[in-house]
This record gives sequence, structure tokens and C-alpha cells, in this order.
Amino acid sequence: MKPFTKITAVAAPIDMANVDTDKIVPARFLRKARGADYGKYLFHDIRYNADGSDNPGFILNQARYRNVQILVAGDNFGCGSSRESAVWVLTDYGIRSVIAPSFGDIHYGNALQNGLLPVRLPDATVKKLRQQLHEQPGALITVDLESQTVTGPDGAVCPFDIDPSNREKLLKGLDDISLVLQNIEAIEAYEKRYHGELPWLA
Amino acid sequence: MNTPHTLFEKIWRRHVIVQRGDSDALLHVDRNFVHEGSMFAFGALAKEGRNVRKPRQTFAVADHYVPTLNRERGMAGIADPEVRNMLELLENNARANDVVHFGIDDPRQGIVHVVGPELGITQPGLIVTCGDSHTSTHGALGALAVGIGASHLKQILATQCLWQKKPKTLRITVDGALGPGVSAKDVILAIIAKIGTAGGTGHAIEYAGAAMRALSIEGRMTVCNMSIEAGARAGMVAPDDTTFEYLHGREYAPRGAHWDQALALWRTLPTDEGATFDREVTLDARALEPMVTWGTSPEDALPVSAAVPDPASVSDADRRARMEQALRYTGLTPGTPLQQVKIDRAFIGTCTNGRIEDLRAAAAVLKGRKVTVPSWVSPGSTTIKRQAEAEGLDRIFREAGFDWRASGCSSCASMNGDIVPAGERCASTSNRNFEGRQGKGSRTHLMSPAMVAAAAVTGRITDVRKL
Ligand code: SF4
Repeated sequence: MKPFTKITAVAAPIDMANVDTDKIVPARFLRKARGADYGKYLFHDIRYNADGSDNPGFILNQARYRNVQILVAGDNFGCGSSRESAVWVLTDYGIRSVIAPSFGDIHYGNALQNGLLPVRLPDATVKKLRQQLHEQPGALITVDLESQTVTGPDGAVCPFDIDPSNREKLLKGLDDISLVLQNIEAIEAYEKRYHGELPWLA
Repeated sequence: MNTPHTLFEKIWRRHVIVQRGDSDALLHVDRNFVHEGSMFAFGALAKEGRNVRKPRQTFAVADHYVPTLNRERGMAGIADPEVRNMLELLENNARANDVVHFGIDDPRQGIVHVVGPELGITQPGLIVTCGDSHTSTHGALGALAVGIGASHLKQILATQCLWQKKPKTLRITVDGALGPGVSAKDVILAIIAKIGTAGGTGHAIEYAGAAMRALSIEGRMTVCNMSIEAGARAGMVAPDDTTFEYLHGREYAPRGAHWDQALALWRTLPTDEGATFDREVTLDARALEPMVTWGTSPEDALPVSAAVPDPASVSDADRRARMEQALRYTGLTPGTPLQQVKIDRAFIGTCTNGRIEDLRAAAAVLKGRKVTVPSWVSPGSTTIKRQAEAEGLDRIFREAGFDWRASGCSSCASMNGDIVPAGERCASTSNRNFEGRQGKGSRTHLMSPAMVAAAAVTGRITDVRKL
């Protein structure tokens, strides 16, 4: 996993609440093998016209967002299905962090597994950031995981919360399986006792 | 005196292997389910040279991509090579890892969240995982069931454990009795309309109250299924005699002395008197009507007697913009009575409403009537399909003009090709009315099986109580 420490990058306002995972990547692309360039499926049905050309009305199609790495979205970003593809399309497109008032739980967990930093900020703060991004299109935002802060285009610094162990894993790019298997003795002892009591579950 | 605990708390505590800090725990996973979409996790596992650590605790079911036509021909009946590839991958991954596989030809095949409970694989007090958000369904049996993504699934396959942050608890109490024509689907749509699609975020929900106790396991599954549409991590109902009767004798349920031992344990699981929840919500079942969605989020649900809402009446700008977009997408005009909305198609099935009770409720409406729009039904499992045929329900559906299909996810997410064409409006028993959910440009109206049957008959959204 790619570690996340700090980025300063172009941020795009996504003025939608409840951006569901079907919108992030429609179900018909879920059969595509991982490894292909998943970024092209991001927001597919609102990003392209029926003939496959770019929809100029979709914000990420504007030239100034070519190097976008941060999205600032509405409430409940990534609600819906558990598809991790909804993270892969974002990371493959180049997005490193999504800022929103809240996230779908599973999507939030999936993001952390792929070096994509989901940042929860209060609703009013997020609205203000989006407003600034509209006023200064192409403006930069800094997301700093070490200091747990977001710095807006106006220089205002907003602290954010993240679970300490998730922060640690993201900063170091650690793989969860090895972290689990460090506890193999405890796991085996647990299973021996548990399945000793409830043998039909083994 | 012992401290009183909630159902959730009791299951959580029994499964903690290692505690890290206040809220982070390494949990033992009892039962893990995989389906075609699990190919990413299996692929990554193989790439890392790892094996499935506890193959007997994982179960593979083909559901998302199975065709619902030409099933007698098995794999050979699949025209689309990509779909065939998905099914073969699941079969091969299961075989290579010694995992039990209910494939396209298996008489027990069906939607993973229907099959797990139906075979007794899901049991009270267990932690159940699946790389699918509707895993919450299994909570109807008193299990803690959580949906996960591919990376977490890979970890479970490799370790049979999962790091989890402890969710908060939310009890939703539904008091009173449901009126005639009002079902479990209406209860959960009303709950989501009330608390919103982010209302349960970060929480495990326990559904309680007289109306929940009165529901069958099938009905409880419908409610728990859509917990994810309320944003919750899990949904659950305390096990009771209804649960135990449902499980007794099922293929994977404990037997003999083990059954007695299990039963004694299961009886200790319900939330203790005096246990506290982080949040409480109550609903009066007597006040509920059949519910229908008008927009592109499950929270856009209203009683069938209502009219399409007007965004102009909403003060919050973001919410207004979302409503305007939803109405643009669904092609509806504010103020139109929902019962004047014409539909183009009807679909009954899915892990929300594809169980025998759902088929019976729809058939009761369809008996002696004819549908006026293309309509089809895909039972939640092959077992249910057989049972429905034994009860003669297939005849009622067919005589009414329904297509009687084989079991799978079908038109819920339309991954198998059962799509709703762009611009068409579908009355559906599924769980998501997102833009493009049933196919690009498709418009979905969520409702109960009886309501879909009524809409299929009249060709518009209809109050089944007045049909
Ligand atoms: S029926 Fe629908 S919601 Fe259920 S598992 Fe299948 S695709 Fe998902």
C-alpha cells in the first residue's frame, strides 16, 4: 500500500450528497479484471456522454482539474455497495484524499486499505471549502496526515480526527495481514478454546 | 449483579481475540461467504502466495452473475464469455482452496444472503462476513453480520480474523402491529425515510419491539437487509423461538446434543433488561402505510398515498439540489400523486424480497389477475423456487403473465445482464434505487412484493390495499 503523509494538490468540489458507489463505478464494470486502468471508469455515467465523449458539464472534465488529487464532497460519500472498485477507480484516477462530512462505513474502510485518505470534517467546514474552490477554481488544498490537518485555499487550518491505528497504518503503508498474523499465537489459542466449547462451528 | 449487555455487546465480547486501544479489536470470524465478486480477494491472496486458512468456515455461492434463463443447460447456457469467466473463477477459487461451493448447477444455489440462513450456516451469536454490503441480512438470526470490501475479505480468507472498530449501538423499536397490506419492506423503508441513508452510519442497529417480534425470519431478513441503506454497519434482531424453529433441522445447523448446547447459548443472547444503547429511535407500526420511493436514494420513500415532493419546499441548498437531480433522473413532476406514476416493468426477487413469504404475498395479489407490463420474478434461491413450484405459486405467476425465472441477483444490480432499459421505470422489490442501479438510465421504485404485484397489474404505482 502506498503510504500517505502529506499532499498539497488541486482539489475539486463535488456538489453532491449521498454519492453512492454505483455512481462512482457502475456495476457493469465490476467484472473487469483489476490491473486494467480503472481510472477510466470513475463516475462513468455522469462523466461521459452517450457517444463516449467527455460531458463538459462534469466538473472533473474541466482542464483545470486535470491534476486533481483531492475531492471535496457532500454528506455520506461512498454509501451503497461494498465494491472496493469504488476506491480503485479513485486511486487509479489519481485521487489521494476525499474530504466529506461523512462516508459510507464500508467505503471508508476500503479507502484506508488502499492509501486513499478519507477526511471527515464538519458540514459547515466542508461547505466553506467547496465555496472557496468554486470562487478560485483550481485552488490547492493541503491534507496532512501527520498533523491531522486540512489547510484550505484561504490558509485556514482545520484539524480532523482519525483512528490512531488507521493513521499509523496509512503513514507507514502497512499491510493488515501481517499485522494480524503477528498475533497468530493468540489466534490459535482463541480458536482452540472457542471451538472446544462450540465444536460444530469448527 | 452482572452488568446488563446488549445483544451486540455479547457477540462482540465473545469474539475479541486481541484488543488494541479502546475500540479496536481483532475479531474471530465464524462464517465467511464469497461470491463471484470475490475474485479480486482470491486473486490478491494467490498473488501473495497465501492460502485460505480455515476453508471449512468459508462458503462460496454463485449469485451476482448467474443467468436467470437457460439454466437447465448450466454453464453451457451462458452466452456471455465474461459472465462465464466470473462463474468459472469462483468455482476454481473454491476448489483450489477446498471451500464448499454452491454453483450454478447446485440445487442449493441462490443469493448468498438467502442461502446462508436457509442452509443454517448462519446462526445466532456468530460473526458473519461477506464481501457484500447486504451481509447485514444475516443479522435477522441474531448474528453480527458485516459487509466488507476486497482487502478485508482477503484478510479474512488468510487469517479468519478481522480488525474492527467497535461500532456504536442504535436500537430501533417498532411498537404495535402492522396493518393489513403493510409488510417488513414498508417498515424498513419507513425507518430509512425517517433516519436517512446516513442515519445509522457507524452504528450496529438492533431492531426490537412488538412488530419486529411478530415478523417471521423472512420478514426480519428484509428489515436487516436494508440496514446498510440506513448507513449502518450491521442490523440484528435478538434470537427467539421463531429463530430456533426456523433453524432446527437445516442442513448446517447443529444437531443432537450440539443443538441443545447451542440452544442454551442462544437463549442467553438477547439484550438484557436495562442495557443501554448509544441511540434509540422508535416507530409506531400502526401508523405505517405501504411505502414507495420516488427518487434515487432509499431515503426518498413516502407512503403510497403521498405525492412527489417539491424541492422548492426544502430550505437546505444541498438537499434541494439532490432532490432536483433525483426528479430530473426519475422524470417526475413535484405534486404528482405517486399513484398516478406509470411503470414500464415489474421485478420481484433479490436478497431483500425473494423469499418464499415474499412470493406468496405477491401471488396472493396476482391470483386471478393479469399483468399489463413486462414482469418477472427470480426466487431468492433454487430451494425457494422448488418450494414455490410445489405450492403452485409458479402457476399463479405464469398465468398472471409473469416470467418465472431461475434464482440469482438478476435485475437487482443487473450484473448478469437482466437490465432495465434506459428511461424505463421499474417497480422493484430490490433495495437500491440509485441512478443506473438496474442498468444505465433505469428508474427504480422500491416497494414490497405485494405492491410490485399490484403495480404490475394496473401499470402504475398502486395501493395494494385498494386493488
Ligand atoms: S440481490 Fe442485489 S443486493 Fe442482494 S446480493 Fe444480489 S446484487 Fe446484492
